[in-house]
Amino acid sequence: MEILRIEDLTKNFYLHNAGKEIKSCHDIDFTLEEGQFIGIVGLSGAGKSTILKCINRTYLTTQGNIIYNSSAFGKLDLTKASEREMLYLRKYEIGYVSQFLNVMPRTTAKEHVMNALLEIGTPKEQAEKDAKDMLFYFRLAEDLWDLYPNTFSGGERLRLNLAHTMVTHPRLMLLDEPTASLDNKTKMLVKDMLIKLKDKKTSMIGIFHDLEFMDGICDKVFNISEGNMI
Amino acid sequence: MPLTEQPVLSVKNLTVHYGDGCPLCAAHLEKNRCSACGTVWAANDICLDVFPGEILGIVGESGSGKSTLMQSIYFDVEPTEGQAYLSDYYKGEKNIWMASSAEKRTIKNNIMGMVYQNPILGLRMDYSAAANIAEKIIAAGSRNAGQMTERAKELLTAVEILTSRMSEAPKNFSGGMQQRVQISKALANNPSLLLLDEVTTGLDLSVQAKVLDLIRKIIAEFGISVLLVSHDLAVIRMLADRTIVMLDGKIIESGLTDQILEDPQHAYTQQLVHSLL
Repeated sequence: MEILRIEDLTKNFYLHNAGKEIKSCHDIDFTLEEGQFIGIVGLSGAGKSTILKCINRTYLTTQGNIIYNSSAFGKLDLTKASEREMLYLRKYEIGYVSQFLNVMPRTTAKEHVMNALLEIGTPKEQAEKDAKDMLFYFRLAEDLWDLYPNTFSGGERLRLNLAHTMVTHPRLMLLDEPTASLDNKTKMLVKDMLIKLKDKKTSMIGIFHDLEFMDGICDKVFNISEGNMI
Repeated sequence: MPLTEQPVLSVKNLTVHYGDGCPLCAAHLEKNRCSACGTVWAANDICLDVFPGEILGIVGESGSGKSTLMQSIYFDVEPTEGQAYLSDYYKGEKNIWMASSAEKRTIKNNIMGMVYQNPILGLRMDYSAAANIAEKIIAAGSRNAGQMTERAKELLTAVEILTSRMSEAPKNFSGGMQQRVQISKALANNPSLLLLDEVTTGLDLSVQAKVLDLIRKIIAEFGISVLLVSHDLAVIRMLADRTIVMLDGKIIESGLTDQILEDPQHAYTQQLVHSLL
């Protein structure tokens, strides 16, 4: 089953103070099937993250369609979906993971994961149990669970990010260079976890710099150069 | 379909102008002032919806109309034109700005809660913290002193103020504590809509974090919808689901908060985001 279809996606940024338009990516086309993993590679600034941010509606698409097959709404074009539809999809169906951690002040690692569940109405006790299970699954040391994560290492932050996103079981995961700045051992741990998610039929699009990492996990790999798919 | 709820608050075509206006106003506005007749258009054709459990952020420079919008909703300023509907007032079928004075008082006490930037506007500084909360409960019709004391304790505990200090007047409290007493007062009658006007401005970082954390917890726990005015983009990023950008009394841009901050479309919004430290 087709989960996502990108048609002629183009994104330009108009900078008013400079009075000029910056082209980021253009004429991107691809489809993602359920349980499939698509890898995107390319040099920095090639427009890889732009594609994911357009899907997540962090960026407004200049041209083209992003057709997502939603459980709740059926097929809808994410470039035209209402803000409320997008908020719903972000909570329940589409997960976005980056290498950066965005946590409310005075929120512990466990609370951060729980909050994703509490926001969608999961009872507190169940949320706590699921959050613990997810932190355990992503092998975040138990003595870190009740600490504020701003002192965590890159690998710990990433695992917390993954736990926070995965705890609601999104159907579509967008991975924006999550393994950047991780050591090889942690990368392999993440890879192992992504393979497990793939086995559970989670559809994923991931941006990675590391070709070796993508070996054995990606069904398709796209190379983006100067905003184009090659 | 999962999205069927009606908005908690719906504002349509809110306009507030000071001066009589003239036929040339539309074409002769310098910022928000008509160069022909001198009329100031503090809010100009504002439309917005706030949905259940949502935090709607409003950003904009001083004088952009943010506070005029909030004060109009809270009946502190009389709109020149426009309508506003609350789902808890006649099921959203009657314009609240046409309500009688008695009805407006009921709406302010039972349906909405307001937290002002300046606690002096929201608190009686010489009354005790508990009395400030009780005042709001009494205004909603309750006369049971025991229940009022219990409720005051509960609310002050929720905002992390020691109940041993509930008999003290807010004038003896720090700025952060005053803000928290204001929040507890605003929550006294379980409102469905909370209006927060620059609540963290002027507070030091650790107290800001405490107030932000508190607001988020309260919203999650009580399922309250919030209209949040702030010129601190970090606060907006942290709390708001959607954000509206105002300039010269008008809404110039609106969208998902991360989109407004990462892909702003309007020249002013780009300037605002690029001014972030």
